[in-house]
Amino acid sequence: MRIPCPFCGSRDAAEFSYLGDASARRPDNANPDTDIDAAMYDYVYLRENPAGALKEYWYHSAGCHSWIVVERDTRTHHIIAATMLDAEAHR
Amino acid sequence: MMRYSLKSLLANALTGHKGWKPQWRDTAPRGEYDVVIVGGGGHGLATAYYLAREYGITNVAVLEKGWIGGGNVGRNTTIIRSNYLLPGNLPLYELSMKLWEGLEQDFNYNAMISQRGVLNLYHSDGQRDAYARRGNAMRIHGIDAELLDQDEVRALYPFLNFDAARFPVQGGLLQRRGGTVRHDAVAWGYARGASDHGVDIVQNCEVTGFTIVEGRVAGVQTLRGSIRAKKVAIAVAGSSSRVAAMAGMRLPIESHVLQAFVTEGLKPVIPGVITFGAGHFYISQSDKGGLVFGGDIDGYNSYAQRGNLPVVEDVCEGGMALMPAIGRARVLRSWGGIVDMSMDGSPIIDRTPTEGLFLNAGWCYGGFKATPGSGFTFAHLIARDTPHPAATKFRLDRFRTGHVIDEKGQGAQPNLH
Repeated sequence: MRIPCPFCGSRDAAEFSYLGDASARRPDNANPDTDIDAAMYDYVYLRENPAGALKEYWYHSAGCHSWIVVERDTRTHHIIAATMLDAEAHR
Repeated sequence: MMRYSLKSLLANALTGHKGWKPQWRDTAPRGEYDVVIVGGGGHGLATAYYLAREYGITNVAVLEKGWIGGGNVGRNTTIIRSNYLLPGNLPLYELSMKLWEGLEQDFNYNAMISQRGVLNLYHSDGQRDAYARRGNAMRIHGIDAELLDQDEVRALYPFLNFDAARFPVQGGLLQRRGGTVRHDAVAWGYARGASDHGVDIVQNCEVTGFTIVEGRVAGVQTLRGSIRAKKVAIAVAGSSSRVAAMAGMRLPIESHVLQAFVTEGLKPVIPGVITFGAGHFYISQSDKGGLVFGGDIDGYNSYAQRGNLPVVEDVCEGGMALMPAIGRARVLRSWGGIVDMSMDGSPIIDRTPTEGLFLNAGWCYGGFKATPGSGFTFAHLIARDTPHPAATKFRLDRFRTGHVIDEKGQGAQPNLH
Protein backbone atom coordinates (compact mmCIF):
# COMPACT_ATOMS: atom_id res chain seq x y z
CA MET A 1 0.00 0.00 0.00
CA ARG A 2 1.31 3.45 -0.96
CA ILE A 3 -0.09 6.66 0.40
CA PRO A 4 -0.05 9.84 -1.72
CA CYS A 5 1.27 12.39 0.77
CA PRO A 6 0.17 15.84 -0.46
CA PHE A 7 3.60 17.23 0.46
CA CYS A 8 6.03 14.35 -0.37
CA GLY A 9 4.15 12.48 -3.09
CA SER A 10 3.50 8.73 -3.23
CA ARG A 11 5.25 6.95 -0.34
CA ASP A 12 5.25 3.45 1.16
CA ALA A 13 2.69 2.98 3.93
CA ALA A 14 5.52 1.88 6.24
CA GLU A 15 6.55 5.56 6.52
CA PHE A 16 3.21 6.44 8.13
CA SER A 17 1.60 5.93 11.54
CA TYR A 18 -2.12 5.29 11.85
CA LEU A 19 -4.49 6.96 14.26
CA GLY A 20 -7.86 5.88 12.89
CA ASP A 21 -11.30 7.24 12.05
CA ALA A 22 -11.17 10.96 11.25
CA SER A 23 -14.88 11.50 11.78
CA ALA A 24 -14.75 11.51 15.60
CA ARG A 25 -15.07 15.02 17.05
CA ARG A 26 -14.17 15.85 20.62
CA PRO A 27 -17.33 17.01 22.40
CA ASP A 28 -17.59 20.61 23.54
CA ASN A 29 -17.68 20.51 27.33
CA ALA A 30 -18.18 24.27 27.48
CA ASN A 31 -21.67 23.76 26.09
CA PRO A 32 -24.01 23.21 29.07
CA ASP A 33 -26.50 21.33 26.89
CA THR A 34 -24.01 18.52 26.17
CA ASP A 35 -24.32 15.30 28.18
CA ILE A 36 -20.54 15.19 28.46
CA ASP A 37 -20.27 11.63 29.82
CA ALA A 38 -22.34 10.18 26.99
CA ALA A 39 -20.62 12.35 24.39
CA MET A 40 -17.11 11.41 25.60
CA TYR A 41 -18.03 7.71 25.66
CA ASP A 42 -19.18 8.01 22.08
CA TYR A 43 -16.07 9.97 21.05
CA VAL A 44 -13.52 7.73 22.77
CA TYR A 45 -14.98 4.27 22.21
CA LEU A 46 -17.65 3.95 19.51
CA ARG A 47 -16.78 3.64 15.83
CA GLU A 48 -18.73 3.22 12.59
CA ASN A 49 -16.07 0.77 11.34
CA PRO A 50 -17.45 0.77 7.77
CA ALA A 51 -16.69 -1.77 5.05
CA GLY A 52 -16.02 0.72 2.27
CA ALA A 53 -14.85 4.32 2.16
CA LEU A 54 -13.37 5.56 5.44
CA LYS A 55 -11.70 8.89 6.19
CA GLU A 56 -8.82 8.33 8.57
CA TYR A 57 -5.82 10.06 10.13
CA TRP A 58 -2.31 9.09 9.05
CA TYR A 59 0.89 10.78 10.28
CA HIS A 60 3.90 10.87 7.96
CA SER A 61 6.31 10.04 10.77
CA ALA A 62 9.22 8.98 8.55
CA GLY A 63 8.67 11.85 6.14
CA CYS A 64 7.39 15.41 6.40
CA HIS A 65 5.68 14.96 9.80
CA SER A 66 2.34 16.09 8.37
CA TRP A 67 -1.00 14.85 9.58
CA ILE A 68 -2.97 13.65 6.57
CA VAL A 69 -6.63 12.74 6.10
CA VAL A 70 -6.75 9.72 3.82
CA GLU A 71 -9.97 8.41 2.34
CA ARG A 72 -9.50 4.70 1.73
CA ASP A 73 -11.69 1.73 0.85
CA THR A 74 -11.32 -0.74 3.73
CA ARG A 75 -12.42 -3.64 1.48
CA THR A 76 -9.68 -3.16 -1.13
CA HIS A 77 -7.11 -0.76 0.44
CA HIS A 78 -7.66 1.49 -2.61
CA ILE A 79 -6.93 5.11 -1.71
CA ILE A 80 -9.57 7.52 -2.93
CA ALA A 81 -8.11 10.81 -1.71
CA ALA A 82 -5.46 12.25 0.61
CA THR A 83 -5.46 15.80 1.89
CA MET A 84 -3.51 17.80 4.44
CA LEU A 85 -5.26 17.93 7.77
CA ASP A 86 -7.22 21.13 8.22
CA ALA A 87 -6.68 21.51 11.95
CA GLU A 88 -9.65 23.82 12.44
CA ALA A 89 -12.10 21.58 10.60
CA HIS A 90 -10.95 18.51 12.54
CA ARG A 91 -10.82 20.00 16.02
CA MET B 1 -23.39 -38.92 10.65
CA MET B 2 -20.00 -40.12 9.53
CA ARG B 3 -18.00 -42.15 12.03
CA TYR B 4 -14.48 -43.42 11.50
CA SER B 5 -12.94 -46.75 12.40
CA LEU B 6 -10.27 -49.10 11.14
CA LYS B 7 -13.07 -51.09 9.52
CA SER B 8 -14.51 -48.11 7.64
CA LEU B 9 -11.02 -47.05 6.56
CA LEU B 10 -10.25 -50.51 5.15
CA ALA B 11 -13.65 -50.80 3.48
CA ASN B 12 -13.26 -47.43 1.79
CA ALA B 13 -9.64 -48.08 0.81
CA LEU B 14 -10.80 -51.18 -1.07
CA THR B 15 -13.63 -49.34 -2.83
CA GLY B 16 -11.79 -46.28 -4.09
CA HIS B 17 -12.81 -44.02 -1.19
CA LYS B 18 -16.23 -43.48 -2.74
CA GLY B 19 -18.19 -44.40 0.35
CA TRP B 20 -17.36 -41.47 2.65
CA LYS B 21 -20.40 -39.50 3.72
CA PRO B 22 -20.68 -35.83 4.81
CA GLN B 23 -19.87 -35.27 8.46
CA TRP B 24 -22.83 -33.07 9.20
CA ARG B 25 -26.20 -32.24 7.67
CA ASP B 26 -26.01 -29.24 5.34
CA THR B 27 -29.59 -28.05 5.67
CA ALA B 28 -31.93 -25.43 4.26
CA PRO B 29 -33.31 -23.09 6.89
CA ARG B 30 -36.70 -23.78 8.45
CA GLY B 31 -39.10 -20.96 9.30
CA GLU B 32 -38.68 -20.91 13.05
CA TYR B 33 -36.14 -21.80 15.73
CA ASP B 34 -35.73 -21.32 19.46
CA VAL B 35 -32.23 -19.91 18.91
CA VAL B 36 -30.61 -18.60 15.73
CA ILE B 37 -26.84 -18.19 15.82
CA VAL B 38 -25.49 -15.73 13.26
CA GLY B 39 -22.04 -16.91 12.20
CA GLY B 40 -20.84 -20.47 11.60
CA GLY B 41 -17.24 -19.97 12.68
CA GLY B 42 -15.57 -21.77 15.56
CA HIS B 43 -17.35 -19.72 18.22
CA GLY B 44 -20.80 -20.01 16.60
CA LEU B 45 -20.47 -23.77 16.13
CA ALA B 46 -19.14 -24.25 19.66
CA THR B 47 -22.05 -22.19 21.00
CA ALA B 48 -24.54 -24.39 19.12
CA TYR B 49 -22.79 -27.55 20.32
CA TYR B 50 -22.85 -26.54 24.00
CA LEU B 51 -26.40 -25.17 23.75
CA ALA B 52 -27.51 -28.61 22.63
CA ARG B 53 -25.20 -30.74 24.75
CA GLU B 54 -25.03 -28.83 28.02
CA TYR B 55 -28.25 -26.84 28.06
CA GLY B 56 -30.65 -29.12 26.14
CA ILE B 57 -31.64 -26.51 23.55
CA THR B 58 -31.59 -28.35 20.24
CA ASN B 59 -34.01 -26.34 18.09
CA VAL B 60 -31.13 -24.21 16.90
CA ALA B 61 -29.87 -22.94 13.54
CA VAL B 62 -26.35 -21.76 12.75
CA LEU B 63 -26.43 -19.36 9.80
CA GLU B 64 -23.15 -19.00 7.90
CA LYS B 65 -22.65 -16.46 5.11
CA GLY B 66 -19.90 -18.51 3.46
CA TRP B 67 -18.89 -22.08 4.21
CA ILE B 68 -17.96 -23.88 7.41
CA GLY B 69 -14.24 -23.54 8.11
CA GLY B 70 -13.65 -20.70 5.64
CA GLY B 71 -13.27 -17.85 8.09
CA ASN B 72 -10.99 -17.16 11.03
CA VAL B 73 -11.29 -20.69 12.42
CA GLY B 74 -9.20 -21.78 9.44
CA ARG B 75 -6.97 -18.68 9.30
CA ASN B 76 -5.37 -18.58 12.76
CA THR B 77 -2.03 -20.00 13.86
CA THR B 78 -3.67 -22.78 15.96
CA ILE B 79 -2.12 -21.85 19.32
CA ILE B 80 -3.90 -22.50 22.61
CA ARG B 81 -2.81 -21.06 25.97
CA SER B 82 -4.22 -19.38 29.07
CA ASN B 83 -1.28 -17.18 30.08
CA TYR B 84 -3.20 -13.99 30.75
CA LEU B 85 -2.74 -11.47 33.54
CA LEU B 86 -6.02 -9.86 34.53
CA PRO B 87 -8.69 -11.48 36.72
CA GLY B 88 -11.37 -10.62 34.13
CA ASN B 89 -9.63 -12.70 31.46
CA LEU B 90 -7.97 -15.59 33.32
CA PRO B 91 -11.08 -17.64 34.25
CA LEU B 92 -12.41 -17.69 30.69
CA TYR B 93 -9.14 -18.73 29.07
CA GLU B 94 -8.51 -21.38 31.72
CA LEU B 95 -12.04 -22.75 31.29
CA SER B 96 -11.23 -22.87 27.60
CA MET B 97 -7.95 -24.69 28.26
CA LYS B 98 -9.72 -27.28 30.42
CA LEU B 99 -12.30 -27.81 27.68
CA TRP B 100 -9.51 -28.22 25.11
CA GLU B 101 -7.98 -30.91 27.32
CA GLY B 102 -11.17 -32.99 27.19
CA LEU B 103 -12.49 -31.91 23.82
CA GLU B 104 -11.51 -34.87 21.66
CA GLN B 105 -13.18 -37.31 24.03
CA ASP B 106 -16.15 -34.99 24.40
CA PHE B 107 -17.00 -34.62 20.72
CA ASN B 108 -15.32 -37.86 19.61
CA TYR B 109 -13.17 -36.25 16.94
CA ASN B 110 -9.42 -36.12 16.48
CA ALA B 111 -8.49 -32.46 16.72
CA MET B 112 -4.77 -33.28 17.13
CA ILE B 113 -4.61 -31.33 20.38
CA SER B 114 -0.94 -31.17 21.33
CA GLN B 115 0.08 -29.66 24.67
CA ARG B 116 3.62 -29.01 23.54
CA GLY B 117 4.17 -25.92 25.71
CA VAL B 118 4.07 -22.19 25.01
CA LEU B 119 7.24 -20.28 25.88
CA ASN B 120 7.26 -16.46 26.07
CA LEU B 121 10.86 -15.25 26.01
CA TYR B 122 12.15 -12.28 28.00
CA HIS B 123 15.12 -10.15 27.06
CA SER B 124 15.52 -7.70 29.92
CA ASP B 125 15.25 -7.52 33.71
CA GLY B 126 12.07 -5.47 33.44
CA GLN B 127 10.47 -7.98 31.13
CA ARG B 128 11.47 -10.82 33.46
CA ASP B 129 9.72 -9.05 36.33
CA ALA B 130 6.60 -8.52 34.21
CA TYR B 131 6.56 -12.22 33.31
CA ALA B 132 7.11 -13.21 36.95
CA ARG B 133 4.06 -11.13 37.81
CA ARG B 134 2.05 -12.72 35.01
CA GLY B 135 3.14 -16.20 36.07
CA ASN B 136 2.12 -15.46 39.66
CA ALA B 137 -1.30 -14.20 38.50
CA MET B 138 -1.74 -17.43 36.55
CA ARG B 139 -0.74 -19.64 39.48
CA ILE B 140 -3.09 -17.76 41.83
CA HIS B 141 -5.84 -18.75 39.40
CA GLY B 142 -4.70 -22.40 39.41
CA ILE B 143 -2.99 -22.22 36.01
CA ASP B 144 0.45 -23.74 35.40
CA ALA B 145 3.34 -21.34 34.81
CA GLU B 146 7.10 -21.70 35.14
CA LEU B 147 9.68 -18.94 34.97
CA LEU B 148 12.77 -20.30 33.22
CA ASP B 149 16.25 -18.84 33.32
CA GLN B 150 18.59 -18.79 30.35
CA ASP B 151 20.06 -22.24 31.00
CA GLU B 152 16.63 -23.81 31.21
CA VAL B 153 15.57 -22.19 27.93
CA ARG B 154 18.87 -23.30 26.38
CA ALA B 155 18.09 -26.89 27.31
CA LEU B 156 14.73 -26.64 25.49
CA TYR B 157 15.77 -24.62 22.45
CA PRO B 158 19.56 -24.60 21.97
CA PHE B 159 19.31 -22.92 18.56
CA LEU B 160 17.95 -19.56 19.75
CA ASN B 161 20.12 -16.48 19.35
CA PHE B 162 20.88 -16.25 23.09
CA ASP B 163 23.80 -13.87 22.93
CA ALA B 164 22.43 -11.41 20.39
CA ALA B 165 23.98 -8.01 21.07
CA ARG B 166 20.68 -6.16 20.92
CA PHE B 167 18.14 -8.58 22.44
CA PRO B 168 19.89 -11.40 24.34
CA VAL B 169 17.52 -14.15 25.49
CA GLN B 170 17.55 -14.10 29.31
CA GLY B 171 14.82 -16.66 29.93
CA GLY B 172 11.14 -17.24 29.47
CA LEU B 173 7.72 -17.88 30.95
CA LEU B 174 6.59 -21.39 30.08
CA GLN B 175 3.05 -22.74 30.14
CA ARG B 176 3.49 -26.46 29.52
CA ARG B 177 -0.24 -27.06 29.07
CA GLY B 178 -0.36 -24.64 26.15
CA GLY B 179 0.17 -25.92 22.64
CA THR B 180 -1.48 -26.27 19.25
CA VAL B 181 -4.64 -27.77 17.77
CA ARG B 182 -5.60 -28.65 14.23
CA HIS B 183 -8.00 -25.76 13.69
CA ASP B 184 -10.03 -27.24 10.80
CA ALA B 185 -10.84 -30.28 12.92
CA VAL B 186 -12.22 -27.97 15.61
CA ALA B 187 -14.75 -26.56 13.14
CA TRP B 188 -15.60 -30.00 11.78
CA GLY B 189 -15.82 -31.64 15.19
CA TYR B 190 -18.12 -28.98 16.63
CA ALA B 191 -20.22 -28.94 13.43
CA ARG B 192 -20.66 -32.71 13.52
CA GLY B 193 -21.40 -32.69 17.23
CA ALA B 194 -23.97 -29.91 16.91
CA SER B 195 -25.55 -31.54 13.88
CA ASP B 196 -25.79 -34.87 15.72
CA HIS B 197 -27.78 -33.12 18.45
CA GLY B 198 -30.26 -31.76 15.90
CA VAL B 199 -28.79 -28.33 15.19
CA ASP B 200 -29.34 -27.08 11.62
CA ILE B 201 -26.15 -25.81 9.97
CA VAL B 202 -27.04 -23.54 7.08
CA GLN B 203 -24.28 -22.39 4.73
CA ASN B 204 -24.48 -19.64 2.09
CA CYS B 205 -27.08 -17.90 4.24
CA GLU B 206 -26.16 -14.27 4.78
CA VAL B 207 -28.17 -12.40 7.40
CA THR B 208 -29.39 -9.08 5.98
CA GLY B 209 -31.39 -7.75 8.92
CA PHE B 210 -32.98 -8.38 12.29
CA THR B 211 -36.71 -8.44 12.97
CA ILE B 212 -37.20 -6.37 16.11
CA VAL B 213 -40.68 -5.86 17.56
CA GLU B 214 -41.12 -3.42 20.45
CA GLY B 215 -37.51 -3.73 21.55
CA ARG B 216 -37.46 -7.50 21.37
CA VAL B 217 -35.84 -9.61 18.68
CA ALA B 218 -38.30 -11.80 16.75
CA GLY B 219 -36.06 -13.25 14.05
CA VAL B 220 -33.68 -12.52 11.21
CA GLN B 221 -33.96 -11.79 7.51
CA THR B 222 -31.58 -13.70 5.29
CA LEU B 223 -30.85 -14.15 1.62
CA ARG B 224 -32.71 -17.46 1.99
CA GLY B 225 -35.84 -15.98 3.55
CA SER B 226 -37.04 -14.74 6.92
CA ILE B 227 -36.55 -16.91 10.00
CA ARG B 228 -38.44 -16.42 13.25
CA ALA B 229 -36.50 -16.96 16.45
CA LYS B 230 -37.07 -16.51 20.17
CA LYS B 231 -33.42 -15.64 20.68
CA VAL B 232 -30.70 -14.52 18.28
CA ALA B 233 -26.98 -14.74 19.01
CA ILE B 234 -24.29 -12.90 17.03
CA ALA B 235 -20.85 -14.58 16.76
CA VAL B 236 -19.27 -12.98 13.70
CA ALA B 237 -15.93 -11.61 14.96
CA GLY B 238 -14.29 -9.64 12.16
CA SER B 239 -17.65 -8.35 10.93
CA SER B 240 -19.30 -7.59 14.28
CA SER B 241 -19.72 -3.87 13.58
CA ARG B 242 -21.51 -4.51 10.29
CA VAL B 243 -23.90 -7.10 11.72
CA ALA B 244 -24.57 -5.14 14.93
CA ALA B 245 -25.32 -2.04 12.84
CA MET B 246 -28.34 -3.91 11.43
CA ALA B 247 -29.69 -3.95 15.00
CA GLY B 248 -28.96 -0.26 15.43
CA MET B 249 -25.77 -0.65 17.48
CA ARG B 250 -22.39 1.02 17.21
CA LEU B 251 -19.66 -1.08 18.83
CA PRO B 252 -16.36 -0.23 20.53
CA ILE B 253 -14.61 -2.23 17.81
CA GLU B 254 -12.51 -1.71 14.68
CA SER B 255 -11.89 -4.42 12.08
CA HIS B 256 -8.21 -5.05 11.33
CA VAL B 257 -6.26 -7.54 9.25
CA LEU B 258 -3.88 -10.04 10.89
CA GLN B 259 -1.48 -11.95 8.67
CA ALA B 260 -0.05 -15.43 9.14
CA PHE B 261 2.61 -17.41 7.32
CA VAL B 262 3.69 -20.99 6.72
CA THR B 263 6.91 -22.35 5.26
CA GLU B 264 7.62 -25.47 3.25
CA GLY B 265 7.62 -28.68 5.27
CA LEU B 266 10.80 -29.31 7.27
CA LYS B 267 11.98 -32.11 9.54
CA PRO B 268 11.05 -31.59 13.20
CA VAL B 269 12.99 -28.61 14.48
CA ILE B 270 10.71 -26.61 16.80
CA PRO B 271 9.00 -28.88 19.33
CA GLY B 272 6.84 -26.25 21.05
CA VAL B 273 5.48 -22.73 20.61
CA ILE B 274 7.96 -19.86 21.02
CA THR B 275 7.24 -16.14 21.20
CA PHE B 276 9.88 -13.44 20.82
CA GLY B 277 9.70 -10.86 23.59
CA ALA B 278 11.59 -8.03 21.92
CA GLY B 279 9.43 -7.81 18.81
CA HIS B 280 6.16 -9.36 17.85
CA PHE B 281 6.92 -12.81 16.45
CA TYR B 282 5.68 -16.26 17.39
CA ILE B 283 6.27 -19.62 15.80
CA SER B 284 5.42 -23.29 15.99
CA GLN B 285 5.82 -26.24 13.67
CA SER B 286 2.80 -28.04 12.29
CA ASP B 287 2.64 -31.83 12.29
CA LYS B 288 3.07 -31.65 8.51
CA GLY B 289 6.41 -29.89 9.08
CA GLY B 290 5.63 -26.32 8.04
CA LEU B 291 6.77 -23.52 10.32
CA VAL B 292 3.64 -21.55 11.21
CA PHE B 293 4.36 -18.01 12.32
CA GLY B 294 2.95 -14.53 12.66
CA GLY B 295 3.28 -11.20 14.39
CA ASP B 296 1.52 -7.86 14.57
CA ILE B 297 -1.70 -6.80 12.93
CA ASP B 298 -1.20 -4.45 9.98
CA GLY B 299 -2.57 -1.61 12.09
CA TYR B 300 -5.19 0.07 9.89
CA ASN B 301 -8.92 -0.66 9.47
CA SER B 302 -9.43 -3.41 6.91
CA TYR B 303 -11.97 -5.91 5.66
CA ALA B 304 -9.69 -7.12 2.85
CA GLN B 305 -8.46 -10.48 4.27
CA ARG B 306 -4.99 -9.65 2.95
CA GLY B 307 -2.27 -7.46 4.35
CA ASN B 308 0.70 -5.44 3.19
CA LEU B 309 4.44 -5.98 2.92
CA PRO B 310 5.76 -3.81 5.80
CA VAL B 311 4.30 -6.26 8.31
CA VAL B 312 5.63 -9.24 6.35
CA GLU B 313 9.10 -7.70 6.60
CA ASP B 314 8.67 -6.87 10.29
CA VAL B 315 7.56 -10.41 11.16
CA CYS B 316 10.43 -11.99 9.20
CA GLU B 317 12.93 -9.65 10.87
CA GLY B 318 11.63 -10.78 14.26
CA GLY B 319 12.09 -14.41 13.23
CA MET B 320 15.62 -13.83 11.98
CA ALA B 321 16.58 -11.95 15.15
CA LEU B 322 15.36 -14.80 17.32
CA MET B 323 16.40 -17.88 15.33
CA PRO B 324 18.67 -17.16 12.36
CA ALA B 325 18.59 -20.89 11.52
CA ILE B 326 15.16 -20.53 9.87
CA GLY B 327 16.42 -17.94 7.39
CA ARG B 328 16.70 -20.38 4.50
CA ALA B 329 13.24 -21.87 4.90
CA ARG B 330 11.01 -20.73 2.07
CA VAL B 331 7.62 -19.24 2.87
CA LEU B 332 4.92 -21.19 1.07
CA ARG B 333 1.87 -19.12 1.87
CA SER B 334 0.73 -16.02 3.69
CA TRP B 335 -2.82 -14.94 4.27
CA GLY B 336 -4.90 -12.54 6.30
CA GLY B 337 -7.90 -12.76 8.56
CA ILE B 338 -10.16 -9.93 9.69
CA VAL B 339 -10.29 -9.56 13.45
CA ASP B 340 -12.45 -7.49 15.80
CA MET B 341 -10.02 -5.18 17.60
CA SER B 342 -11.86 -3.97 20.66
CA MET B 343 -11.08 -0.75 22.51
CA ASP B 344 -9.46 -2.53 25.47
CA GLY B 345 -8.12 -5.66 23.76
CA SER B 346 -10.64 -7.96 25.47
CA PRO B 347 -13.80 -9.64 24.16
CA ILE B 348 -17.50 -8.95 24.69
CA ILE B 349 -19.93 -11.73 25.71
CA ASP B 350 -23.14 -10.02 26.73
CA ARG B 351 -26.77 -9.18 26.15
CA THR B 352 -27.56 -6.16 23.97
CA PRO B 353 -30.09 -3.34 24.43
CA THR B 354 -32.45 -5.40 22.22
CA GLU B 355 -34.11 -8.07 24.35
CA GLY B 356 -33.30 -11.61 23.22
CA LEU B 357 -30.33 -10.48 21.13
CA PHE B 358 -26.90 -11.60 22.37
CA LEU B 359 -23.43 -10.51 21.29
CA ASN B 360 -20.13 -12.41 21.20
CA ALA B 361 -17.45 -10.15 19.69
CA GLY B 362 -14.17 -8.30 20.10
CA TRP B 363 -11.77 -11.28 20.20
CA CYS B 364 -8.88 -9.25 18.79
CA TYR B 365 -6.20 -11.65 17.51
CA GLY B 366 -6.81 -14.23 20.26
CA GLY B 367 -10.12 -15.82 19.42
CA PHE B 368 -9.05 -19.32 18.44
CA LYS B 369 -7.71 -20.41 21.82
CA ALA B 370 -10.95 -19.19 23.38
CA THR B 371 -13.24 -21.18 21.06
CA PRO B 372 -14.48 -23.80 23.56
CA GLY B 373 -14.75 -21.38 26.49
CA SER B 374 -16.41 -18.72 24.38
CA GLY B 375 -18.97 -21.21 23.05
CA PHE B 376 -19.61 -22.67 26.50
CA THR B 377 -20.10 -19.34 28.28
CA PHE B 378 -22.09 -17.83 25.40
CA ALA B 379 -24.40 -20.87 25.39
CA HIS B 380 -24.84 -20.42 29.15
CA LEU B 381 -25.77 -16.76 28.68
CA ILE B 382 -28.27 -17.57 25.91
CA ALA B 383 -29.85 -20.50 27.77
CA ARG B 384 -29.97 -19.03 31.28
CA ASP B 385 -30.03 -15.32 30.45
CA THR B 386 -27.33 -14.81 33.07
CA PRO B 387 -23.56 -14.71 32.51
CA HIS B 388 -21.45 -17.81 33.12
CA PRO B 389 -19.26 -17.32 36.23
CA ALA B 390 -16.12 -17.41 34.04
CA ALA B 391 -17.38 -14.61 31.80
CA THR B 392 -18.94 -11.99 34.03
CA LYS B 393 -16.58 -9.15 33.12
CA PHE B 394 -16.98 -9.14 29.32
CA ARG B 395 -19.80 -6.64 29.42
CA LEU B 396 -20.75 -4.43 26.51
CA ASP B 397 -21.22 -1.46 28.85
CA ARG B 398 -17.80 -1.73 30.52
CA PHE B 399 -16.43 1.03 28.30
CA ARG B 400 -19.16 3.36 29.48
CA THR B 401 -18.70 2.46 33.15
CA GLY B 402 -14.90 2.41 33.07
CA HIS B 403 -14.47 -1.30 33.86
CA VAL B 404 -12.21 -1.98 30.89
CA ILE B 405 -10.03 -5.12 30.78
CA ASP B 406 -6.85 -3.76 29.23
CA GLU B 407 -4.07 -6.41 29.43
CA LYS B 408 -1.50 -4.14 27.81
CA GLY B 409 -2.62 -0.87 29.34
CA GLN B 410 -2.72 0.79 25.92
CA GLY B 411 -5.99 2.68 26.22
CA ALA B 412 -8.67 3.09 23.57
CA GLN B 413 -6.45 2.62 20.53
CA PRO B 414 -7.39 -0.70 18.90
CA ASN B 415 -4.35 -1.04 16.64
CA LEU B 416 -2.03 -1.02 19.69
CA HIS B 417 -3.63 -3.93 21.54
